[in-house]
Amino acid sequence: MQVKELVERFGFEVKAGNNGLDRQIKDGYCGDLLSEIMANAPQGCVWLTIQGHQNIVAVAVLREMAAIIITGGQTPDEETLQKANQENIPILLGSHSAYQLAGRLYALGVGNPQPE
Amino acid sequence: MAGLVKSFNIKARDFNHAGEASISVQSLLKSMNYNPKLIRRIAICGYEGEMNAVMHGGDGFLRIEIDSDKLVLEVSDSGQGIEDIELAMQAGYSTANDDYREMGFGAGMGLPNMKKNADQIIVESEKGQGTQVRMIFFIKEGDMPA
Repeated sequence: MQVKELVERFGFEVKAGNNGLDRQIKDGYCGDLLSEIMANAPQGCVWLTIQGHQNIVAVAVLREMAAIIITGGQTPDEETLQKANQENIPILLGSHSAYQLAGRLYALGVGNPQPE
Repeated sequence: MAGLVKSFNIKARDFNHAGEASISVQSLLKSMNYNPKLIRRIAICGYEGEMNAVMHGGDGFLRIEIDSDKLVLEVSDSGQGIEDIELAMQAGYSTANDDYREMGFGAGMGLPNMKKNADQIIVESEKGQGTQVRMIFFIKEGDMPA
């Protein structure tokens, strides 16, 4: 699934990284502890986090993520959006909690070896 | 074969550019067609080392040395140094302040992540004299550019 399909399906607001909307989503990951994300997030994942500061963009680039979804109604910093535009990493905003969203993504088959 | 060496500057407390040195190393290795798994291990080590230098260290650099049999990644800073290296290598130990913790750092996973992902790690530091971390990645079959 491409990032843009996810945007359409869930009505996310695309805050930055429009040029990366054709990236392929291969998996999903949740977390707010950057070292843990660096260590464990899978390649091509969509990352659900409440962190909105600029360091999340470098983490997404280095882990070769598909997109970042900022959950829980948090808002990303302006510097974060600028960096995401430079690196073509989509930053999506939704009203869902990470728990709700992860469940729905999983049911859709994202990172789910046996989708329903 | 003489090794290719590239060095990228790291500036203390500069979160605007934090991570860029590691991204540069990643791009370089990608352009040279190294094995993606090897690049990912190096990216983790580079980022953790770079963030350590940004948050705890002083100005410094991230350096990659590319040889036919190994890659050597070095993070060097001129900061406050590590008082007890053995303690710093323990998972969960951190000296990060509240601001850094709020950003999702300070889990005490930096050096342990680096140790886990490098084939060899050498940490040299003295209080007030900065820190040098050298990580060696041996090239195995399938790691080399085609």
